[in-house]
Amino acid sequence: MQTKQTLVALVENKPGVLNRVASLFRRRNFNIDSLTVGRTESPERSRMTIVVDAGADQVAKHLYKLVNVIQVENVSTVPNVSRDLALIKVHVDADTRGQVIQLCDIFRAHIVDTSSRAMIVEVTGDEEKINSMVEMLRPLGILEMVRTGVVAMARGDDVLAPSDYEARRPASNGHRASVL
Amino acid sequence: MKLTGAEIILECLLREGVEVMYGYPGGAILPTYDAMTKYPQIRHVLVRHEQGAAHMADGYARATGKVGVAIATSGPGATNLVTGIATAMMDSSPIVCITGQVPTAAIGTDAFQETDVTGVTLPVTKHNYLVYDVEDLAYTIREAFHIARTGRPGPVLIDIPKDVQNAVTEFVYPEEEPVLPGYRPPQEATEEQVRAALELIERAERPVILAGHGVIMSGASREVLEYAEKTQTPIALTLLGKGGVPETHPLSLGMMGMHGTGHANLAIQHADLLLAFGMRFDDRVTGNLKTYAPHAKKIHIDIDPSEIHKNVRADVPIVGDLRAVLRQLNPHVKPQEHREWWAQIRDWMEDADERDIVHWDAGERLFAAHVIRDMWQATGGNAVIVTDVGQHQMWEAQYYPHERPHTLITSGGLGTMGFGLPAAIGASMGLKSSNVWAIVGDGGFQMTMTELGTAAQERVPVKICIINNGYLGMVRQWQEFFYEERYNATPMHNPDFVKLADAYGIPARRVTRRQDVIPTIEWAAGIDDGPVLIDFVVEKHDIVYPMVPAGADLHNMIRRPIEGK
Ligand SMILES: Cc1cc2nc3c(=O)[nH]c(=O)nc-3n(C[C@H](O)[C@H](O)[C@H](O)COP(=O)(O)OP(=O)(O)OC[C@H]3O[C@@H](n4cnc5c(N)ncnc54)[C@H](O)[C@@H]3O)c2cc1C
Ligand SMILES: Cc1ncc(C[n+]2csc(CCOP(=O)(O)OP(=O)(O)O)c2C)c(N)n1
Ligand SMILES: [Mg+2]
Repeated sequence: MQTKQTLVALVENKPGVLNRVASLFRRRNFNIDSLTVGRTESPERSRMTIVVDAGADQVAKHLYKLVNVIQVENVSTVPNVSRDLALIKVHVDADTRGQVIQLCDIFRAHIVDTSSRAMIVEVTGDEEKINSMVEMLRPLGILEMVRTGVVAMARGDDVLAPSDYEARRPASNGHRASVL
Repeated sequence: MKLTGAEIILECLLREGVEVMYGYPGGAILPTYDAMTKYPQIRHVLVRHEQGAAHMADGYARATGKVGVAIATSGPGATNLVTGIATAMMDSSPIVCITGQVPTAAIGTDAFQETDVTGVTLPVTKHNYLVYDVEDLAYTIREAFHIARTGRPGPVLIDIPKDVQNAVTEFVYPEEEPVLPGYRPPQEATEEQVRAALELIERAERPVILAGHGVIMSGASREVLEYAEKTQTPIALTLLGKGGVPETHPLSLGMMGMHGTGHANLAIQHADLLLAFGMRFDDRVTGNLKTYAPHAKKIHIDIDPSEIHKNVRADVPIVGDLRAVLRQLNPHVKPQEHREWWAQIRDWMEDADERDIVHWDAGERLFAAHVIRDMWQATGGNAVIVTDVGQHQMWEAQYYPHERPHTLITSGGLGTMGFGLPAAIGASMGLKSSNVWAIVGDGGFQMTMTELGTAAQERVPVKICIINNGYLGMVRQWQEFFYEERYNATPMHNPDFVKLADAYGIPARRVTRRQDVIPTIEWAAGIDDGPVLIDFVVEKHDIVYPMVPAGADLHNMIRRPIEGK
């Protein structure tokens, strides 16, 4: 079995960038396990976390070819923190309600909504922790689930930021700023 | 200076040194067409189909090394460019395409002639832009040209809505070179890489240089020759590498790959070191990857990191500009002789020579190989040749040795039929030369022969040579070899090409006999005030030898049987 690798890509925060990245993965037949996009410390940059099954090097090299991709790091090669978040709506009744509360205690998860026949559990952690939580809840009846996909960051003092980044062009260049 | 968006486009083109653009007008680009009347310094060439505009820009770029420009309207105008853009992308040719778009307020409403052109061209451009604001226009155009011509060159498209062309703003030209945070083409090798390469070079007994398109694009001809001469290393060329080093040089093995020379392919299969200089191990070059150059260590120098280890694993990968890297490497390289290796290669060369149809007496028959060899002689080997795609393209590659870079222009990666005539028009205009010869098949010619109108109207002195075999010859060849001679959908009923040329007022002649080839080429060479056409009616059932069947081992070539043996 091949081990999953987690890449982090800093990209320019411009419309169409997510489309460019997704199109690249499809075109090159790269198998992507998960992809998340979010804001960063700078309004000019967004950050993608990409989990790939194999071929992380080739994925990284092709990402670099996109003009809007600033920096790529394989965080699996360094000590890192990686987190996934899940919202799980699980079926409960008088007998099982207690079980869910107990499980949440063990997994340090939160119950964020309750109703007569369901509860929404919020759990954060690395992928494996969430996988096992899901397995524990499954017998009770999972009605709905959503996972954000992994976000990751290298531990320590080093920061992932473009060293020689000087924005000499107008902020609005190419497109109106904001969303990807 | 207050200018409209349309005027800004043209001001920026002027500052990029653009002297000619190829295009076709329509509603969404009309403001820019109207502004052209104030910029007579930039010649606009009206094509007959936008595909032709993209190929002309491409031919211009490949001939001159400068960026070619094509311009079209929204919707169908833009989609007609796509084949030409994809062609430029595959062969790393620097072109900038400008397309009109529906007004910003109408985007996304299925407005008249609206197409998501940045979406459509995303996978076939190096980069593309949709400009929403006239304030961004100048910088975007500056950036587009910068991206098109630097690093690994490629096509860039700028989609400009009609209202942005009409909007007025203060024009400030961004003089400084654009700084893009995510765009830093690599330049040089590290010392470590140079050392690792030198170690392999010193140990090698059977080295081969694989010289690709990168040699031409980085302007590294001298450096490659210097390396090869110092180390007596044979040089095999890719199709797009032809011209990178003089092919008549004693160290040259000619083309490698599917239709390459037997000796080039055998040398690669027996080599103990391959030096891949600016080439990307295309499947037409390697054949079966599992059995490719099994004994060879590989040094791969390429400006694009994603080419390293893509098809062939490199023992020493060097990411950088070929010329810069060779300038680092060459001073440390020690002279070598490789006598035994050359003795072996010479044996292979003799066998190839014996089988070569060019030495045969064809009798009454006219073979394309002979036409092209005669053309080489009659033009003193000095012409710029632009080909279409098919058998004639391969015969050109085999029988017209090129001496200088930028003298063979051909669609290699995409293999786009219809490329030849328009690309030749672009090349001839770019070079301001009447020594540009289009060698096209009867099939491919008919895909873009509408551009005869452009050539005639603009009086482009391009020489059009049709290799007329009455077939989609390359496909027919596959049918003969691999589909038991079932010639489905490959024979063609052709028009009288001489009369067709006549309809455009283009002088034309037909050649059916060997003895008329050279005189007719000399006749055509004498015409320099407009296009001229020759219809060479050649053998219908001829075959391009040698041939490595797709996916077969590179040493398993189908060779030309020796007649009478
Ligand atoms: C009918 C047909 C038959 C064909 N048969 C053959 C055949 O028998 N043999 C053959 O060789 N081809 C053949 N081809 C062409 C083949 O498909 C490829 O187009 C060709 O082999 C590519 O050559 P290349 O790798 O040199 O050029 P490209 O595909 O243009 O690649 C150039 C490489 O150079 C790199 N580069 C660019 N600039 C620089 C720089 N400054 N420094 C360093 N590196 C740089 C690029 O990153 C790229 O990797 C055929 C095509 C057709 C249509
Ligand atoms: C646009 C396009 N369609 C189809 C092909 C497939 N194809 C490759 S070579 C060829 C035959 C070319 O025939 P012709 O132009 O007469 O040249 P010949 O091989 O006869 O020299 C075809 C159909 C192609 N390369 N491009
Ligand atoms: Mg033909």
